[in-house]
Formats: sequence, structure tokens, C-alpha cells
Amino acid sequence: MKALEIKQLEKCYSNGFVALKGIDLDVQQGDFFALLGANGAGKSTTIGIVASLVNKTSGSVTVFGHDLDKDPEAVKRCIGLVPQEFNFNQFEDVFDIVVSQAGYYGIPRKKAVERAEICLKQLEIWDKRNEPSRELSGGMKRRLMIARALVHEPKLLILDEPTAGVDIEIRRSMWAFFKKINAAGTTIILTTHYLEEAESLCRHIAIINRGEVIENTDMKGLLAKSSEEIFVLNIENTVETIPVIPGCSIQVIDGTTWQISVQKEAGIHALFNELTTLGIKVTGIRNESNRLEQLFLKLLAQKGRNYD
Amino acid sequence: MIRKEHLVALQTITYKETRRFLRIWVQTLLPSIITTTLYFLIFGTLIGSRIGQMKGYDYMDFIVPGLILMAVISNAYSNVVSSFYGSKFQHNIEEMIVAPMPGWVILTGYISGGVLRGLIVGVLVTVVSLFFTDLKIAHPVMMIVVFLLTGILFSCAGFINAVYAKSFDDISIVPTFVLTPLIYLGGVFYSIDMLPVFWQNVSLLNPVLYMIDVFRYSILGESDIPLRYGFLVIGLFILSLLVISLRLLNKGVGIRD
Repeated sequence: MKALEIKQLEKCYSNGFVALKGIDLDVQQGDFFALLGANGAGKSTTIGIVASLVNKTSGSVTVFGHDLDKDPEAVKRCIGLVPQEFNFNQFEDVFDIVVSQAGYYGIPRKKAVERAEICLKQLEIWDKRNEPSRELSGGMKRRLMIARALVHEPKLLILDEPTAGVDIEIRRSMWAFFKKINAAGTTIILTTHYLEEAESLCRHIAIINRGEVIENTDMKGLLAKSSEEIFVLNIENTVETIPVIPGCSIQVIDGTTWQISVQKEAGIHALFNELTTLGIKVTGIRNESNRLEQLFLKLLAQKGRNYD
Repeated sequence: MIRKEHLVALQTITYKETRRFLRIWVQTLLPSIITTTLYFLIFGTLIGSRIGQMKGYDYMDFIVPGLILMAVISNAYSNVVSSFYGSKFQHNIEEMIVAPMPGWVILTGYISGGVLRGLIVGVLVTVVSLFFTDLKIAHPVMMIVVFLLTGILFSCAGFINAVYAKSFDDISIVPTFVLTPLIYLGGVFYSIDMLPVFWQNVSLLNPVLYMIDVFRYSILGESDIPLRYGFLVIGLFILSLLVISLRLLNKGVGIRD
């Protein structure tokens, strides 16, 4: 079953800006789906329309078989939204925010209190339940929004840059949490600027550029399109002549640090064989950037958008 | 169709709104009591004793109903306008927009908050008035009905103001330049019989006049305007503002692009 089906979705804002130019998008039930795009590409507009925060101009949105135009309440019951910006009442206590949200979904207070406790404990902010939300740290505010989105047990969780501005430790713990709830059956749609996040979490991916979907495929398929990988190598000693290695392009950053672009068909094994033959000893290696990032930039460049 | 979930959601909004104004009671409940006490003291006791009688009543007794209703009007209005605009400003209105509840639930929730605050302030001010005058309420049930109707009407007005407001200035402009003149020219301090015929007719366009008149009847047992006209005008205003508010909310004006 499709968790989300978007057909010919268009959005033209009142100032004339066309944010979406008739996009089609399908997300299967149980998927972990990445929606990528540069700022202003149309990701948040798409999410806003699905979550009923933005009026669409035309097209259709169906969530778990419920049409947004015909049965908006059924659609809303299926969705939990974690927006990009903090959008809770800064003067309310953490616990009250989550309990009230459950109430808006028609969950009686007694049950709402139980669910709020479960969610706040899962997100590890139970200790902060009686504090005003404005006094939480950035990471805790993000976790509060996730707890709030989960309190009515949605089938589709939409995360709009959920880890923006949080430290690595919290980000990693959030990733583990998202994987856990996805494994338990919740379909997740994620937008993020951390492409490493999308690569490690998501199974399918769509890339939006200037209101159009320019790529919609599975993550493995997309990554398979990558023709090269870039590594940074630290070598023990400087060499007088930079070697020429088939399938590799070497750029010297400083005497003992090289950036090497390795063609997929050449392979990293051949590179090391050559270096060993030439007597060049490698003391360290790291990826210059992740594969998805390179592909993302390449796809946008093909569409005339350059980040350099 | 009204579902059980809708009633739970309505209860949640009402509870939240009530908690909001009770938590900040120094800002929400106390000012009206102090202001009205000053009115009673200055206009009723000090100046009122020199004015003499108005329509056969002591001036103090004459102004008490208007002053009580003035407190109800301003509190119902300001509760909804500040709470709804505050939710827009902080974007936490989105918590309600994404939830599966129709517009009427959200609107009724905010109106309930405004009506409850108006009712509480109205009762408190009535109690305070007992220290200044020997108030005898002629029609207590009607008094409560007028409290509620006034609360609903001005909660709707506050809601519409909040929908269109784009800054905190916008939520103080209407109370200052529209609401206050309507209240003061609505017969709180005088009977419209005292006005020239032309201004009497102009006054009849003021909805607050009908409320104060009907409310005065519920306390003193006497009014300037026939009761049925008073209730008809109040009813029509409520109906119109409810329809406008609901349409604005359902269309997402000021909330959704």
C-alpha cells in the first residue's frame, strides 16, 4: 500500500512564486524516504501541503488511501509532523504541550497523559516535563517536537530537517530512534541538509529542484550511478614526481596530502597496488565527501544550479 | 458530523485557554476589577452624587450595568485576540491546523475561553459593585444569558481581529479606536433619551447600545429599547460574526498560504 501518493501537485503562492510545478511522488508503506533539495526547492511546501499547513493550487494528495480533498481528517490522523522551525508555545510546559497535542487528535486526557509519558521517556526528555519549553536546549526542543508528533501514534511521520542544529551525539541517538520506529512499522519521510543522514537512514530518495522532481529512485540505485569516489590520502614522504595511475586523478593539496579521484571501474585496490609498486607509503585515508553529496551536486549542476 | 474526538479536542482547547488566562490572572482578571472599582468610586460615588438621578435611578445604580458589561466586552475580546494572535506569532496554531478537527472546533474552543474569562470578570465586577451600591438583580437568568451572548459576540470580534493582525500593534488598534468608542457611546454613562434625535438614531447603529440596554433591563428592570429588538440585534451580530469567523478559519486566512 502507498503511504503517500502525490499527483501533479502544483503550488503558486499569492506573490506569484511557483514553488511546485506539478510533481508526482509515491512513498510505499514502511519506507524510509528522503526528500532532498536545495533551500527553496519546494521540499517544505510539499510537506506543508501534505500536512494541511499550505493550500495547494492543484493536484492531488492521498495518504494511506485517504484523499486530502475528500477526507482531510482521515489524512491528518495518519500523519505526524516534525516541522523545521520550533512551533510550540514557548510559555507552556513540556508535558502540557504533548498532552494538548494528543487532545487535539481526540485522545481523552487520561490516555493522552499515558502516551505523553511514553513519548517523553522514549525521547529522553521526561526529566524536563515540568519545565517551560523555552528553557530547553536546541536538541531537547527538537526531541520535544518529535515526541509531540508521535503522541497520536501516526502511521506516517514527516521529519523536516529534524536534526538541524543538534550536536553529533544527539543526532546519532535520533538516527537510532528513527531506525527503531521505522523498523516497528512507521513510514518516515525525511528532509535534511545532512546528506550523510539521508544516505545512512533512507531506502528511497527523491530530489526536488526548483519545484520539479529530478530524481526519484532507491538509494542503492542512485549511489550506483556514482562513477567516481574522492579520497584524501596522507603519504609518509613527499615525492618528486606525481605518479600517473590509470583511472585515478591526483591533486596535491600539500606535500604529503593528496586528493585522489578514483573511477569506479578502476577501484581503490588498483590504486593501492600502484602506490605500493612505486614505494609510496600511505599513512592515512578518508573520504573527501560522501557519495550522495557528490551525486546531489552533480544532478543539480545538470539542471543548471551550481554551488561552486 | 460531530464526533467524540471533536468534543475531546474542544475540551482540550477550552481547558488550555482557561488555564492560560488563569495562570496570568494578574494581567487578565485583576486590571478590570481595579479599573471598574475606580469608575465606581469616581463616577459613581464622587461625581455621581452631584449628577443626581438618571431615568429615576441613582446615577451609581444607572451606570453599574454598563460598567459590568464593559468589563465583559473588553475581556472576552482581548482574551481571544491576544491568545489567537499569540498562537499565530509563535506558529503553535499549526499544532491545531495539522490535527484532525474541523474549523468550528477551533473557533468554539477560543470563544469558550473568551466567554469564560468574560463571565468570571463579570461576576467579580458585579461582586465589587455590591460594595458601592445596594444592587438588586431583577432578572438574574437574563443577566447570565446576556453575559454569555456578549462574550460570544466579542470573542468572535477578537478572533476576526487576530486573523487579520500582522503585528502586535494591530491587536491594540481595534480595541483603542473602535471598541472603546463603541462602549463609551453605547450608553454606559447616559441614557440615549438625553441625546438630540439625530444622535439617538446614530446611536441605534451601535450594537453595544443594545447589549447594555438589555443588560440594564436584567438588573434594573427597565430599558430604553424594546427587549425583542435588543435580542434580535445581538443575535444577528453573533450570527454574522460567527459565519465570518468560520469562513476565515476554514479558508486559512492569515494562517495558511
